[in-house]
Amino acid sequence: MRMKAVVDNVANVAPAASIASQEFPIHFQLNGIPVTATIAPWVTLLDYLRETAHLTGVKKGCDHGQCGACTVLIDGRRMNSCLKLAVTADGASITTIEGLGTPEALDPLQRAFIEHDALQCGYCTPGQICSARALLREQHAKTREEVRELMSGNLCRCGAYTNIVDAIMDVLQQEQKGSAA
Amino acid sequence: MSASIRIGDSISRIDGVEKVTGSAHYAAEYAIPGLLYGWIVSSDIAKGRVLSIADASARAIAGVVEIITHENRPHLPWLDRNYSDQVAPPGSPFRALYDDKIAFSHQPIALVVADTLEGARDAAALIEVTYEADTFNTDFEVALKEKFEPIRKRLGFWAPKSRGNAVKAFDAASLKHKGTYHLATHHHNPMEMHAATVHWRGDGKITVYDKTQGPQNVQSYIAAIFDFSKDDVRVMNPYVGGAFGSGLRPQYHVYLATLAAKMLERSVRVVMTRQQMFSHVHRPQATQQVSLATDQAGRLQAVMTEATTVTSRFEHYMEGVCNWGLMNYACENASGKYFIAPMDTYTPGDMRAPGAATGMTLFEIAMDEMAYAAGVDPLAFRTLNYSDKNAMDDKPYTSKALREAYAEGAQKFGWERRSPAPRSMHDGRELVGWGMATGMWDAYFMKTTVKAKMDAEGNLELSSAGSDIGTGTRTVMAMVASDTLGIAMDRISVVLGDSDLPTSPVEGGSWMAASTGAAVQVACHALGERLLDAAGNIEGDPLSGAKIDDVIFCDGQIIAKDNPSRSVPIESAMRASGETTLECEETAGPGVAGLLSMLRVSRNSHSAIFAEVKVDEELGVVRVTRIVIAVAAGRILNPRTARSQILGGVVMGIGMALHEETLMDTRFGRFMNHSFAEYHIPVNADIDSIEVIFVNEPDPDVNPLGVKGLGEIGIVSTAAAVANAIFHATGKRVRDLPVTIDKLL
Amino acid sequence: MNRFAYVRADDVAAAVRQGASGAVKFLAGGTNLVDLMKENVEQPQTIVDINRLPLKEISEVYSGLRLGALATNADTAYDPRVMKKYPLLSSAILAGASPQLRNAATNGGNLNQRTRCYYFYDLATPCNKREPGAGCSAVGGLTRIHAILGASAQCIATHPSDMCVALAVLDARIHVTGADGDRVIAIADYHRLPGDEPWHENTLAPGELVTAIELPDEDFSAHYTYLKLRDRLSYAFALVSVAVVMRLDEGGSIAEARVALGGVAAKPWRDIEAEALLKGAAPGDDMYRSFAERLLAGAIAEEGNRFKIELARRAIVRALRQAAAGTPQSQTDKRVA
Repeated sequence: MRMKAVVDNVANVAPAASIASQEFPIHFQLNGIPVTATIAPWVTLLDYLRETAHLTGVKKGCDHGQCGACTVLIDGRRMNSCLKLAVTADGASITTIEGLGTPEALDPLQRAFIEHDALQCGYCTPGQICSARALLREQHAKTREEVRELMSGNLCRCGAYTNIVDAIMDVLQQEQKGSAA
Repeated sequence: MSASIRIGDSISRIDGVEKVTGSAHYAAEYAIPGLLYGWIVSSDIAKGRVLSIADASARAIAGVVEIITHENRPHLPWLDRNYSDQVAPPGSPFRALYDDKIAFSHQPIALVVADTLEGARDAAALIEVTYEADTFNTDFEVALKEKFEPIRKRLGFWAPKSRGNAVKAFDAASLKHKGTYHLATHHHNPMEMHAATVHWRGDGKITVYDKTQGPQNVQSYIAAIFDFSKDDVRVMNPYVGGAFGSGLRPQYHVYLATLAAKMLERSVRVVMTRQQMFSHVHRPQATQQVSLATDQAGRLQAVMTEATTVTSRFEHYMEGVCNWGLMNYACENASGKYFIAPMDTYTPGDMRAPGAATGMTLFEIAMDEMAYAAGVDPLAFRTLNYSDKNAMDDKPYTSKALREAYAEGAQKFGWERRSPAPRSMHDGRELVGWGMATGMWDAYFMKTTVKAKMDAEGNLELSSAGSDIGTGTRTVMAMVASDTLGIAMDRISVVLGDSDLPTSPVEGGSWMAASTGAAVQVACHALGERLLDAAGNIEGDPLSGAKIDDVIFCDGQIIAKDNPSRSVPIESAMRASGETTLECEETAGPGVAGLLSMLRVSRNSHSAIFAEVKVDEELGVVRVTRIVIAVAAGRILNPRTARSQILGGVVMGIGMALHEETLMDTRFGRFMNHSFAEYHIPVNADIDSIEVIFVNEPDPDVNPLGVKGLGEIGIVSTAAAVANAIFHATGKRVRDLPVTIDKLL
Repeated sequence: MNRFAYVRADDVAAAVRQGASGAVKFLAGGTNLVDLMKENVEQPQTIVDINRLPLKEISEVYSGLRLGALATNADTAYDPRVMKKYPLLSSAILAGASPQLRNAATNGGNLNQRTRCYYFYDLATPCNKREPGAGCSAVGGLTRIHAILGASAQCIATHPSDMCVALAVLDARIHVTGADGDRVIAIADYHRLPGDEPWHENTLAPGELVTAIELPDEDFSAHYTYLKLRDRLSYAFALVSVAVVMRLDEGGSIAEARVALGGVAAKPWRDIEAEALLKGAAPGDDMYRSFAERLLAGAIAEEGNRFKIELARRAIVRALRQAAAGTPQSQTDKRVA
């Protein structure tokens, strides 16, 4: 009967006033800064970041978890911010591309993406870089083949894939050397 | 740092930092106080009328400001010409919310405007629409019965030209091949969804941040429809998240955003959903019949090609599908016929190498089949039938280093180690296939204006209304300026994507680098003359008597050619001008002479693509393990971004070969796989080694910079090389792209 | 998205209480639910956020390994105990979705994810799952991704999970709790075939909550595979997938083999009677082929998914070969083993 109940609900969608005005206080770290916000439950983390926090480095490429452009780090893990309701980020630490590096202090991945021309239009790029940062942290990828598979959640319509892998391998090797030293 | 660079150096793109840090702003990323959000409601049916739109529960959502439909929209002009644009095909352009008529599934029928994105989105879901459905057709097979030759041609469209007597030659020949090929519908699907933010400034002017490839095209379009003076509409697109042709014509999102802004006198943003990205422009589905005949030695005796692509009921979209094979190969008897077939969809449009990506690709699969039928190696077959001139129009090329591309590509790929018979190469349990194909595209040159402005400190700013959709235009513009004026790259800034800037065509056709680059060169040249002039005011006049041709601009200096010890720092020359800025605005274009020359001489880029696939025969799993593409495209301005252009074209070509296909349910008249989950484009795991070679092709005649443009040549025939490799691996010939797993079982 | 009430459950009892009334949806990773809410396919009146519940643990228990319902797919796939003893599960999870999605998606959510049928996702087309009695648009339509087994005239959708296909051959037990207390459902009984009521997708009672998935204490780490065939090499749903676990006896004959198919039915497709054919047999293609015939005996196709019968037949044979040879399919190396 679960589904039937849902179907019945379609006919009764007029929102109760109490629902319409529902908002929740939440606290989280955003790029290292503590933030307190009051958010309606139907706001996704992606829309909150772009429209309220004005962190438009986080991109919307599909809004359905099918492209990876909205990838951010939540407690250090890469996730699609489009599929996360912002209220569920309460207590989390969120890092967007803006928190990963700045024009004055680029993350090594950001530098490598420029150097290897791992971008064209630039729209998928912040998501690619956030995803790659997490990939390096996860340590499940050592080879090009593994990087390719584990970067497959980030679509690039300009087709910069080979350069993206070059950039990531470059930083992977730098950081391996760094940790070995 | 005062070192200037030379054209041809490998340079990182100058907007890289903005893009990797997320500080580059795209159309939906401008924060404006009091901004409203528009959410588009789309039609469920393919054809008919809207009978009613019930919006009471939608209006009950907090923050909803207005729900705009054909019933309450403000006045809109009646004439088609108000809705036309620079690149519109003949016909009656679509007008959203104009009346109750529905011409295609997913047509926008209402715009919900609210003070939050969520308010608009959630209210849109509550709108109840009733329809009166009409009969329609979206079945290509049925549409083919209505195909016709378009009488009124689209601007720039060249109909195929026949020569000799192809039918007779075909009938008489001993070796023949005849096949019918098919290409699926594609949707551009740039990563950034189409979006516009309209800033209602309150002074009768609007600023429109739009995802477009032509801000001035959108400016005229918006002005003509919404009764603005052109000067009151400023359209900006400094960053464009990919487009591939989808932003050539103004799309309905910008129309709706402006409509709402004008009606409500508020700033409004409209962003399409990914689903709605399947509701507008697309590469049309196509069929092409190719008949080829050779003599015993494999020399072509007859080439016949006939193609049909889809158009809408309201516009006649056409593209050059048949011409490529007729142009590229020597054969005395050749014919081409091109038709369009109307269906009840939105009008198709240009998508990366329109016409060639379809026509040349399918033709090159037929060429592979003919090579086998004639018992000639596919590469040898192409060199055997090589034409130094444009064989269709009987015109010479400004340059054609395709022979070199074949040779260098083959050498790099190791083509000579190919064993000719299908199914004869293996790697472990996989079948290995090596295939190749020829690519071809136009080398356009369009009239473009650039302003070069130097400030008192000697920093240079270049500006033009053109768009950089990820191609690297900004970077090559700065490079041309650095090379021409001797200024270091870090002292040059480039401003693009603003309709207020000097005139530029829409970004398309791979003409930007050649056209904008040439304009930068003449503008910088003019500025150089002014600087040289000013240098005369410097005490002692070190360059005394030198004319512009007597000096070079290099590493921040103006240097006398005959005596390098005589030089003036550019900054000193600038100071000596006594001006705070020096500005030169110049236009480059083919001019009358150039246009006449275009009638006599063909301008084309070429490529040779070699593909290796590994196929698990039992399961039909194909892996494209290696691509080598050798490109003959004149002078390469920046090898780094140039290579990326080709890589991108190849990746999209691999998608065309194996993945991309928009699926139409003809019962509903609706594209059904309207998501990135089900419309498959290649992911990182699909893309292995791609090697790009630029062959030496000096071409002083093609245009001032000798540049042929690279945005499209990479996709042309890549899918053919892959499909041909699949045949070589498996012995299975698939004539219907994409080659999905089911077609190989 | 419709407007809904949001409540955060602090403990399992509260969640069950909150989940018991009306159109309630439990929200965990949200990767499927939020997607469907944006498509207006799911329109819950109330969302009960269960992310705070203490169900994230993966722990060894007397009877095997217990995977918390809220453990993420990524944590499960990379858990050393899972990788060592249940590498099939790890492989199947890593064959699905993307790293980002696996980091958010939970084990409980994976069980309950809904079909990817184009028509289910598109409110413009009738669908019995969304609206009982509306009709099935997939029948006679675009059926590339649709079922060839166990479908009905009312629905030919498939279950999209990779993880569940592995769970099916591992004989996982699903622990659930509800107003009437706790119970355990065998994975084979968890998902339902569409029949005349395709909107009933599993056997959970209203308000029941998955708390854990338990893997029996059996070791198939020597002979297993997860072979997934799809329209690109990664980040796509299965057209056909095959999970196999196998034990060989000392003589090299098959002591036990279990096979489940993904992408072909509304649930992971297993046939225990057919598996009996393999028992005691020597590994070999003839045997595998007759097994495949048997497993696919009831297969029915539309025009668009006819190829899946042949694809499944071949995939079954190949997967059995891989498992018997101890050469499981890599999810990174895209060469088919």
